Amino acid sequence: MPTINLSYRAIFSLVLKRDLTIAMRHKDDIINPLLFFVIVVTLFPLGIGPEAQTLSRIAPGIIWVAALLATLLSLDRLFKSDHDDGSLEQMLLSPHPVFILVLAKISAHWLITGLPLIFIAPLLAVLLHLNEQSYGALMLTLLLGTPILSLLGAIGVALTVGIKKGGVLLSLLVLPLYIPVLIFATSAIDTAALGLPYSGQLAIIAALFFGSLTLAPFAVGAALKVSTN
Amino acid sequence: MWKWLHPYANPEVSYHFTGKLIPWLSALTAIFLSIGIIWALAFAPADYQQGDSFRIFYIHVPAASLSMGIYLGMAIAAFTSMVWQFKLADASAAAMAPVGAVFTTIALITGAAWGKPMWGTWWIWDARLTSELILLFLYLGVIALHNAFEDKNLAGKAAGILTLVGVINLPIIKYSVEWWNTLHQGSTVSKLGKPSMSVEMLWPFLFCFLGFALLVGTIICIRFRSEILNRNSIRPWVKSLVSEHLPKQIAQEKNHAVR
Amino acid sequence: MQFDSFSAFINMGGYGFYVWLSFGISTALISVLIYSSITGHTKVIKNIAIRQQREDKLRKVRKERKNAQTNTQTNAPNEVSQ
Repeated sequence: MPTINLSYRAIFSLVLKRDLTIAMRHKDDIINPLLFFVIVVTLFPLGIGPEAQTLSRIAPGIIWVAALLATLLSLDRLFKSDHDDGSLEQMLLSPHPVFILVLAKISAHWLITGLPLIFIAPLLAVLLHLNEQSYGALMLTLLLGTPILSLLGAIGVALTVGIKKGGVLLSLLVLPLYIPVLIFATSAIDTAALGLPYSGQLAIIAALFFGSLTLAPFAVGAALKVSTN
Repeated sequence: MWKWLHPYANPEVSYHFTGKLIPWLSALTAIFLSIGIIWALAFAPADYQQGDSFRIFYIHVPAASLSMGIYLGMAIAAFTSMVWQFKLADASAAAMAPVGAVFTTIALITGAAWGKPMWGTWWIWDARLTSELILLFLYLGVIALHNAFEDKNLAGKAAGILTLVGVINLPIIKYSVEWWNTLHQGSTVSKLGKPSMSVEMLWPFLFCFLGFALLVGTIICIRFRSEILNRNSIRPWVKSLVSEHLPKQIAQEKNHAVR
Repeated sequence: MQFDSFSAFINMGGYGFYVWLSFGISTALISVLIYSSITGHTKVIKNIAIRQQREDKLRKVRKERKNAQTNTQTNAPNEVSQ
């Protein structure tokens, strides 16, 4: 089958399916960041005390920070194994535009990391005695926010994939990029707890989402080209 | 004194022995568990304080006890494997871990479902629940470590070390969580202690407990046998066993792939 | 029988949701565990059988290749070896 004539959708689904299959064979890559998320969230009550009032006040922040850290841990997997066995270079050399391949890989990463995070978050919110009115805001901010985390994180990984011990450097690069998402998401959840409308914050998060969705793949492509030289 | 156990160190002997056990264990499980659950649900009296929500107790307490018992079993298996280089013990520990994790989860979920009507909240950070949550993390860590290794012998050794460290840590964790809890005692409602049971509640409880214990035994036997086969796949007895089981089905299935 | 009617049984004195949630999730989790244990066992057996078949086939091919080679060494040079 001549691959030069594949449509964008065909290439996208090809790379997406490949990454999902690889992830399914290494289920640890899915479970470990998720477990990390749960354990980090559990540590906070143990460190701060079980008072429901205190916990519910800081619950949005705890969940979102833990989500950031868990996503950070899982980002390494995005390009590393492909870089190590040379398939990343092959992808860059292919006649297809890099942004489609990158978009497919990031989508796979979100499906594997972000989506489970979204499903587990309500259970963790119960552990932290999150205000009942905030659950909707929590889910919506996570739904809109976790793809942003994958997209922006991919930029950082692409820049550091060729560097040995790039893990800590990755955190330094990516966490500042995550700060706007964190601020608006926790603000939305807090506003919801007061019973006020939070559509403003959601709109800003959505704007960040669409901005990164359209621009990040190109940045990632450029960064990959730098890294694989 | 332990000479009679020695033949069971042979994987093949243990495989066939547990194979013979499974029909008996599963039959006993079905009997005890069905009697126990139906008794607990429909015939046991409602608690005069807690009403019918007390029926959750008949699943919650066996699950919690079994979760700790299985961890202890895993620790003993890990210890045996380390001290006497008894490879089969690694296989049994690997078989026990998922079962323990499931029962810990059941204990946590039934505990939360029991707590909501009793304490008004799904979760409360009291000593027992927190310790159980940490136990779940220990189980999941052992399972994750086991899956991370390709070579199952190495995996068994690593998971064994983790299990032993965990079992030593478990009393320390329990103690520190209880201490932490007494510091913050103000907000918590009186804990749900194990009530002194009337005879009418004791019998269904015993049936349920025994039924669940037998269920755990059955499932561990099944998983144990899978582990044995996996680790001994090059032995001739495994080869002859496998060739009896699925001869033609595979020949037709996979012929197009192998060229 | 502690309950007067089936609907009372379902209601569990007002605690029906919690009781049935507990029993339901426990049943579901245990069923999944039993199912995965049994299918895991059959899968292990199948995988070993497949691998064994593959090894047998490889062994057979290698033997044939070796026979063909030794034949060309002893026979006339117009034998084409595989």
